[in-house]
Amino acid sequence: MMATRRWLWFALPLGLLAALSLLVVKGGTLSSLRRGLPPVEQLAVDQVRLTPGHIVVGVVNGGPDPVTLAQVMVDDAFWTHAVAPQRTIPRLGRATVDIPYPWVEGEPHHLKLVTSNGVTFDHEIAVAATTPAADARYFLSFTLVGLYVGVLPVAIGLVWLPFLKRLDRRWIHFALALTGGLLVFLAFEALQEALETAESVAGAFQGTGLVALATIGTWLLLQAFSGRGKGEGGRGDRIRLAFLIALGIGLHNLGEGLAIGAAYAQGAVSLGAFLIVGFMIHNTTEGLGIVAPIAQDEPPLRTLALAGLLAGGPTILGAWLGGLAYSPLLGTLCLGVGAGAILQVLGVLHKVVARETQGAIWTPLNALGVAAGLVIMYSTGLLVAQ
Amino acid sequence: MTRVSRREALKRGLLGVAGVASGATVAKASALGVHTDPHAVMTGGLPAEAGIDPIAFVTDFDYGEVSRRPDGQTVREYRITAMERTIELMPGLFYPAWTYNGRVPGPTLRATEGDFVRVHFHNASPHEHTMHFHGFHAARMDGVFEQVPPGETFVYEFEARPFGLQVYHCHTMPIKRHIGKGLYGAFIIDPKAPRSPAHELVMVMNGFDVNFDGENEVYAVNTVPFAYQARPIPLRRGELTRIYLVNMLEFDLINSLHIHANFFRVFRTGTSREPQDFTDTIMMGQGERHILEFTYHETGKFMFHAHQSEFAELGWMGLFDVRDEGVAAE
Repeated sequence: MMATRRWLWFALPLGLLAALSLLVVKGGTLSSLRRGLPPVEQLAVDQVRLTPGHIVVGVVNGGPDPVTLAQVMVDDAFWTHAVAPQRTIPRLGRATVDIPYPWVEGEPHHLKLVTSNGVTFDHEIAVAATTPAADARYFLSFTLVGLYVGVLPVAIGLVWLPFLKRLDRRWIHFALALTGGLLVFLAFEALQEALETAESVAGAFQGTGLVALATIGTWLLLQAFSGRGKGEGGRGDRIRLAFLIALGIGLHNLGEGLAIGAAYAQGAVSLGAFLIVGFMIHNTTEGLGIVAPIAQDEPPLRTLALAGLLAGGPTILGAWLGGLAYSPLLGTLCLGVGAGAILQVLGVLHKVVARETQGAIWTPLNALGVAAGLVIMYSTGLLVAQ
Repeated sequence: MTRVSRREALKRGLLGVAGVASGATVAKASALGVHTDPHAVMTGGLPAEAGIDPIAFVTDFDYGEVSRRPDGQTVREYRITAMERTIELMPGLFYPAWTYNGRVPGPTLRATEGDFVRVHFHNASPHEHTMHFHGFHAARMDGVFEQVPPGETFVYEFEARPFGLQVYHCHTMPIKRHIGKGLYGAFIIDPKAPRSPAHELVMVMNGFDVNFDGENEVYAVNTVPFAYQARPIPLRRGELTRIYLVNMLEFDLINSLHIHANFFRVFRTGTSREPQDFTDTIMMGQGERHILEFTYHETGKFMFHAHQSEFAELGWMGLFDVRDEGVAAE
């Protein structure tokens, strides 16, 4: 009885809110606020696929009102086109615009979508290139991309294990601090990219809010799981830390793979040898980060392989996804998740080193380690300069 | 990471391609039925609510209510109302126009040199407007200082002079906005001795800044882009065609007309009986207008368009359909 009453009290405000909403929507009491102005229109291009002789554009309505797509200009010419499923796109709805246009390989093209109210939305195809078809060859290409920039570099980094094993404790902590530096750098990079991508997310999907949700949500989730086993700093804990780092780096690499895959598929980057080598060097340091906490242990090869796959494998998945179905929304989400994962790993790493050093974590050597991590990431980043 | 500028991307391309299989194949655009015929450049038919019938408009002349003064002078009275109207420029594309008599361009007024012209101008819109005629008239008939407030009426009176192709338009500041939104029309003053008989057409070149960014997105002759591509203007083979060509384009400094497979005689501003040029392309500044005369000696469809290709593909493009029969029936 008491419980029923409690829930009644809980439901009452909800009922009031529903009634008020109905009044606002149906009652027209607020029509004066609308001031007879035309509706706010927002269209965002979230996908462009190029096939020979066709430009196929995915459009999202991120505004508060339905939008009717009236006309399409390509390179300052009105062009014949077909819209599916319909020209009037509901709020948060999608439409696909198929434009039979003789686009030119390797050259930029400019799209302008014109709504029924004459509002225009621009989209630049930076470098036109045929969108790869999702066939075996496609998956092979993107698997190779993922292997090159993700899996192999991380694996190479793991080979530092025997070297780390031969170091004394002070230098192990230095290596962990260096890992911290790497992760701080990656966190900044991921957040910056997430926020940048968020700008091209359609308004109603609140790109910045999504970054916050993905980043902090991931952090909370990992925190809730990893916090359960309050170990005493034993071997199991260290291996768990290695896996956490691998997971964090893996989630980060998912976003990275996504972006590389999308850029490659859209012809925005031609993956030159130099760029690949840059990513390799950049990501090899990630492998180092994984093995640093378990240097004193004798992890079986299987554990190492698993951790390496966890960190590098998502790059392949990301590259597949990015090439096939990239959208700013997906990109923002993945980059945000990656940032959150790294932040969580940083926390754990800090805790581990603090415990092993009885709180005296900021020795000059450890500070130098963090700085070295940042510098390494920065200088290897020069190789993949955007 | 995906936003790589083109220059950077090209730079990277120069660094060499890794052994990554590129799924891309070179586009075989031409072989695959890509729409490169003129009709691929937009159409989708004609808009239903354009406010004018583009085919009817070319031969629609308003001679006014005619009466005679005791001294024999012909008096022509016109009634013009400024009003707001949303017009459909292209299928699905609506524009909040300012109009004379609910249409853009306004009616083509026509008088003969020496006629007494009286224009009853009523402003039924929420903004001040005027009518400024090109031609000779008194200062207070100039439509510049005598702003006509909403709901008011003003009567313009003057003698139609000189003969030629004139224009009228609103002269309220900001003029760009008032002309750009559609307040203009052609004003033909025929010479006392009539020009030779011809099939006469009015073409007012214009454009619309549909997103109000100070640039035109839409170009046309007589308001509706691609109108005469969807419905070609019928001409009769061997018959003299006379075009009253007016440039009322805002924002862009120049406009032009080019006709295919033919040349025309140019009567600049229509003020001379002798042609000043014989050409197939004529460039015109804002407010400039000319009378053009030509005759087709072959049947078939002939294109006419602005020779600024950009304007052409944004709507200022059409067709003459030259035939032996059936022109009158259109």
